[in-house]
Amino acid sequence: MTTVEATLPAPRSRLGPLARAWAFARHHLLSLYSLLFFAYLLLPIGVVIAFSFNNPKGRFNYTWQGFTFKNWSQWNGVPGLTSALWLSLEIALVASLVATVLGTLVALALVRYRFRGRGATNLLVFLPLSTPEIVLGASLLTLFLQVKFALGFISILIAHIMFCISFAVVTVKARLIGFDRHLEEAAMDLGANEWTTFQKVTLPLIAPAILAALLLCFAISIDDFVVTYFNAGNRVTFPIFVWGAARVATPPQINVIGTAIFVVAVTAMLGNVILQRRREVRA
Amino acid sequence: MGFLHRHRGLTPYLLLAPGMLWLSIFFLVPLGFLAYQSLQSGSIDFGYAFTWAWGNYWDAIRSYRGQFERSILYAGIATVLALVLSYPVAYWIAFRGGRWKNLLLLFIVAPFFVTYLIRTLAWETILSDNGLVVRTLDHLHLLGVLGSNGRVLSTATAVVAGITYNFLPFMALPLYVSLEQIDQSLIEAAQDLYASKWKAFLRVTLPLSLPGVVAGTLLTFIPAAGDFINAQLLGSPKNHMIGNVIESKYKELLDYPAAASMSFVLMATILAAVLIYARAVGTEKLTG
Repeated sequence: MTTVEATLPAPRSRLGPLARAWAFARHHLLSLYSLLFFAYLLLPIGVVIAFSFNNPKGRFNYTWQGFTFKNWSQWNGVPGLTSALWLSLEIALVASLVATVLGTLVALALVRYRFRGRGATNLLVFLPLSTPEIVLGASLLTLFLQVKFALGFISILIAHIMFCISFAVVTVKARLIGFDRHLEEAAMDLGANEWTTFQKVTLPLIAPAILAALLLCFAISIDDFVVTYFNAGNRVTFPIFVWGAARVATPPQINVIGTAIFVVAVTAMLGNVILQRRREVRA
Repeated sequence: MGFLHRHRGLTPYLLLAPGMLWLSIFFLVPLGFLAYQSLQSGSIDFGYAFTWAWGNYWDAIRSYRGQFERSILYAGIATVLALVLSYPVAYWIAFRGGRWKNLLLLFIVAPFFVTYLIRTLAWETILSDNGLVVRTLDHLHLLGVLGSNGRVLSTATAVVAGITYNFLPFMALPLYVSLEQIDQSLIEAAQDLYASKWKAFLRVTLPLSLPGVVAGTLLTFIPAAGDFINAQLLGSPKNHMIGNVIESKYKELLDYPAAASMSFVLMATILAAVLIYARAVGTEKLTG
């Protein structure tokens, strides 16, 4: 492996230019490799964005045919695509809100209190993360079929909240662990009761983590295909629309929406990164 | 709050209740139903009934052994590839990232912000028959090894490449977290004691990053073993994994008991692996 950078040989004037170039490359091998890695990671994203400007002649948008703004100006010109997007957004908004609240409460209990059943709680939080999505989707579908629960908006929502909770718990827990309890004790010493302390001290301090959990849950929810596919009945979310399209025809508007989601998500995450850095600088 | 003061012991349970009830009802209970359904027999037309049909499991393993083996094989190769590809980068960000760490991490998770299915379709473009990848492999005389009939799409290579790419962040992030926590002075101490940089890495850094390796391996292998999207979009029926079978049994053939027993075999295999890991590493470390 090349992870360990070789030390530069002591500067010797007799070193030829070739040897010096080799020494330079060796020293920066890891950085060079990392740049290549990032290029690889971002390549498909570049393709997605580029092909949102493609002007495909046939039904599929897999080969480059020419540049156009048409897909962007007529982003809602594909039947079913807009309603699928709205459904995804609605589900993601509600699911991420509910899951973040539930997950934050669980994280507070896990970090703040010693109680019987802590290990079991940790396990129950961890298990959904370590279960393949197809099993999550299939088992939930089995439940809905057995109790004859009609599939649709509510069943999708239930599923999304279920797989988002664990992510919210893990995110908020990480922040709570590095949290100075003395601040809360100080507030209590100064006469604040538990609720006031929570509102005025705890909540503002863990707010960035809650926001991060919210964004994460939203991103996971809007991206989910497998679990949704099993539990959506005849409702069509954006990923389900893409799945159906991949079999018959892929309109470039899919790439337009994909690009838009990417830009919004990256902006939100960048905002969170900057916000956290400002807080750290101030603290 | 007076009530809480008098019953302080209750507070954690009240905080836990909503979330844990949700996970119990919509995660644990369904797993029970899945087990129940996996032992049913009958047909979709005449209804399924619980008959302790253990034969479903036997049929699942016997009829779809190839798909099971492929799931483990593809997921295994993809996990190793993801580990080898992302370890150096996680190391680079942790030790050389400086004030750009958070931004670089954002790059690592960037693929997650493009809908899974759309980024997989993008690989269909990248690996397409006249694309750059195929032509480069042809030049290197590797097309015969990695592809078949002059194509990369619809081969195992494409499926494994897709899985590797799609789950890379799951590997890179835990690696980064464990590397970032390493106390630099330990590595310096090793070097002060005349360990070469390479030896200090092997004896100090690598062992200390093992929890990240284990977590990343699990987080990559588990979803990869159950995946069916990459095999569906990038592979041919010859590359289908057990996820593809479960999906078609559930969604197209409506053969619920067979699909349930297969899900259970998959789940049980993975759970066994997780428990073995948990034993070796300790649950606290594993669950963060």
